[in-house]
Amino acid sequence: MTATHDPTIPPPRRLKPWNAVERGLAKVGISGRMLVLIAPALWLLIFFLVPLAVVFGISLATKQFGRPPYSALLSTEDGTVQLTLHLSNYIRLFTDNLYVAAYLSSIRIAAISTIITLLVGYPMAYAIARASDRWRNILLMLVILPFFTSFLLRVYALTGFMRGNGVINQFLGLFGIEPLVMMQTDFAVYVGIVYTYLPFMILPLYTTLVKLDVSLFEASADLGGRPLRTFLSITLPLSLPGIIAGSMLVFIPAIGEFVIPSLLGGPETLMIGRVLWDEFFTAANWPRAAAVAVAMLVVVVVPIMLMQRAQSAVVEK
Amino acid sequence: MAKKPQQLAIDTRPWRDTANHRPFVRIKNVTKKFGDVLAVHDVSLDIYRSELFCLLGGSGSGKSTLLRMLAGFEQPTSGTIEIDGQDMTDVAPYNRPVNMMFQSYALFPHMSVEQNIAYGLKRDHLPKGEIADRVAELLSLVKLQDYGRRRPHQLSGGQRQRVALARALAKRPKLLLLDEPLGALDKKLREETQFELVKIQESLGVTFIVVTHDQEEAMTLATRIGVMNQGEIAMIGEPTDIYEFPNSRFVANFIGSANMVEGTVTEDEPGHVRIRSAELGCDIYVGHGVDCAPDQLLWWAIRPEKMALSREKPFTAHDANVTAGIVEEIAYLGDISVYQVALESGKRIRVSQTNSVRGNPDAITWDEKVYITWSDNAGSVLTV
Repeated sequence: MTATHDPTIPPPRRLKPWNAVERGLAKVGISGRMLVLIAPALWLLIFFLVPLAVVFGISLATKQFGRPPYSALLSTEDGTVQLTLHLSNYIRLFTDNLYVAAYLSSIRIAAISTIITLLVGYPMAYAIARASDRWRNILLMLVILPFFTSFLLRVYALTGFMRGNGVINQFLGLFGIEPLVMMQTDFAVYVGIVYTYLPFMILPLYTTLVKLDVSLFEASADLGGRPLRTFLSITLPLSLPGIIAGSMLVFIPAIGEFVIPSLLGGPETLMIGRVLWDEFFTAANWPRAAAVAVAMLVVVVVPIMLMQRAQSAVVEK
Repeated sequence: MAKKPQQLAIDTRPWRDTANHRPFVRIKNVTKKFGDVLAVHDVSLDIYRSELFCLLGGSGSGKSTLLRMLAGFEQPTSGTIEIDGQDMTDVAPYNRPVNMMFQSYALFPHMSVEQNIAYGLKRDHLPKGEIADRVAELLSLVKLQDYGRRRPHQLSGGQRQRVALARALAKRPKLLLLDEPLGALDKKLREETQFELVKIQESLGVTFIVVTHDQEEAMTLATRIGVMNQGEIAMIGEPTDIYEFPNSRFVANFIGSANMVEGTVTEDEPGHVRIRSAELGCDIYVGHGVDCAPDQLLWWAIRPEKMALSREKPFTAHDANVTAGIVEEIAYLGDISVYQVALESGKRIRVSQTNSVRGNPDAITWDEKVYITWSDNAGSVLTV
């Protein structure tokens, strides 16, 4: 301690312009801490909750020609205010096989992509976490590097690899192998999703793996655990938080993915993102599209909540 | 806390009778390099069954690297390691009859205490009932019967230390390696745990190799100590050998505190040696023969408690072993007081005196002129 304060002398009053503001806010019950929290809350309200409410409102209207292309929820007739809610869009979602199939197909494609991403990403994250300090930074940089170019460009570049006379088929042709049909198939969609979302899997896996104490692996080996046993009993359970976080970051956006299936997928690749696009822009049916969007949100929110619960359970341990 | 002498009949100190005893652990010319850094340099060491051997050294002395090579986590660059007559140099850690207690304990955080202890037993595919019995036995050995279902983070530091010990002992290893086993405990708990550790080691008869930087810990625990310095073994011996008969200036300074002076040999007889020391301001008469030559420059080290202080000049034979100085500092430690005496040459000598008289009013005090004296065999003559 260089300066000591005599406790009997009160500290000098600091008169700063914001002190008046602070006192004023304090009178209405707003503290500095609340002010800080209000900023993100306002942001979420204006750019997430309000638009969501608008979309939800549109989903309860019906399609009509004109501007806007949907019916108003509130109308006044003979001096009475009438609220008209149409549930037909939601009923249609459940009765028309197209929508149910699209949801199921999206979940399936997202789930399979997540598993492949995990299988590809885990060894990479493990290798990066165990690399020497110098290599670790270089490897992490390489994982992040694709983000420096446009996502759209990278997906287009994939078509250059996979199309009929693309790089892969030309290479196979050197060995006299018939060209493979890769574009406009589910295979291409998987390649696209795994390629695009791999960094989102690797980074959270890396952060959990790099924190694991090496002496835990040594202790397992010391007690007779062969490398595979050590991996299954020690490494895997302790990296569960990273697996959950990475899977969430891949699975959730993959469900609603639109660009990859429309650029790489074929006509039979059914994903909810494409259905949504078609309803909005091809069929110009805003209320139906809004209902599809709301239902998609529900489909995505449920796994988020389940995974968050699982993750907090793991963390508590 | 080291083993009581009556328990140590001659045959339980096999290192004193190497002709009739086969070493249990043989480290032969082991060298370990990390890149260009020489961590362990040409170490050879024999350790016998049921020993509690301490590797003592500062950080970077190579003691932990040597332990990790015994566990199999590091491969020697050259040399061999034999355990119980078998060459273990290239055997993987999971195939060695050796277990280790880690400095950080390395308890598996996602497993309960019981699961931690059972981990090694499960790897041996023992039947479930047998594992449960063994776990219960170990929990009572370390007095944690009621804590089996807890997780490591719900335990105190001392309890974690005992779980780590139980886990390391679970497979009845022939050899247990302990890396700073008491390092993370506070002083009080460390002293209690030292007792328990020795008791457990004696009752199980397992060979322990303990790595520590704490010389007090090494002195209390060990049957023998290997002092390490810069990747090499500086001295191997029983605690009393290491303290009373250091073989080098490094060991004399590293263990305990020592006064060290330079001197020249003036008489070199089979029965005695006389050393002239300008630093000390007197001759040193050593009552035994020393391997040296006349006019050789060497060092003489003496422990503070091996010297006596007096106001009057005491009589000494041979006109040697007494010098005078002024008391400069006194450190009162309760049981003893350490006096720092400045000699004429400017050299400062530390002398400790037992405070045997309660509140002694006649105690030697600051700025007094005092005589320091010692007996013929009190110091060690060191040539390296």
